[in-house]
Amino acid sequence: MTFSTKGPVGRAKGLGSAHEGTTHWWLQRVTAVALLPLTLWFVISIAAVAGKEREVVISWFGDPLSAIALSTLMVAGIYHAVLGIQVVIEDYVSCEWRKLLFIWIVRFLGFFLSALAVVSTLVMVLIRFMGTD
Amino acid sequence: MVSYVKKRPLSPHLQIYKPQITSVLSITHRMTGIALALGFVGIAFWLFAVILGDEYYHPFLYFFSTSIGKLALIGWTWALFYHMCNGVRHLAWDAGYGFALKTVTWSGWLVVAASLIFTLVAWWFGACCGCYSCHCPATTGVTP
Repeated sequence: MTFSTKGPVGRAKGLGSAHEGTTHWWLQRVTAVALLPLTLWFVISIAAVAGKEREVVISWFGDPLSAIALSTLMVAGIYHAVLGIQVVIEDYVSCEWRKLLFIWIVRFLGFFLSALAVVSTLVMVLIRFMGTD
Repeated sequence: MVSYVKKRPLSPHLQIYKPQITSVLSITHRMTGIALALGFVGIAFWLFAVILGDEYYHPFLYFFSTSIGKLALIGWTWALFYHMCNGVRHLAWDAGYGFALKTVTWSGWLVVAASLIFTLVAWWFGACCGCYSCHCPATTGVTP
């Protein structure tokens, strides 16, 4: 049996009043659940490397498993933040074009920051194993 | 269209409503979310600074050694745990649990208490591992 949160009409149209169905709401929850264990791991990681030199940070996050965890955390966290800020903008910005503009800016920033974090993490793995430093 | 939009009723008037645990925690969830998003911007650039070199990394190191930097970091840690704990509360609501008025009140206070305890534990843990001589699990293997 397939489970659906939509009614018959909603299923037929595939869209809600926001023209995107339950996707936004659902992804907010998916990222939230993913972030629970990742956040706890991240706090422990930060506690371990806080206030220390670059070499310590690179040896911690440059471990392949840690790098995967960090990349997942950053992408899921930034995606979760973009979805959340979009709701805040929709709630408080009533002017339609400003609303769209702000959401566009937040989305672009989200993509940029995700790339920045993932590439930086990847380079840490490279530095750790190849010592390009 | 415009006049129709402007005539819509507004709700609720925050200046008139008496602050309640439910409404205060709700807006705090939003505010901590925004603070966390700003923190993510900082983390992304911090990671970038780590690979760029000491001339970019040391300003971060210096900022977090100042009292303003430490206060920002403690505040961010609390925001993180608050948003996380209250997020679990939200997930329980999404699953259909915890809507009774009594339950909403105690789960709210539980979130406040848990977020403070988590913050204290994290900073105690951080202080314990802030030295190279310490042998706690977090630093084992990364000690230079």
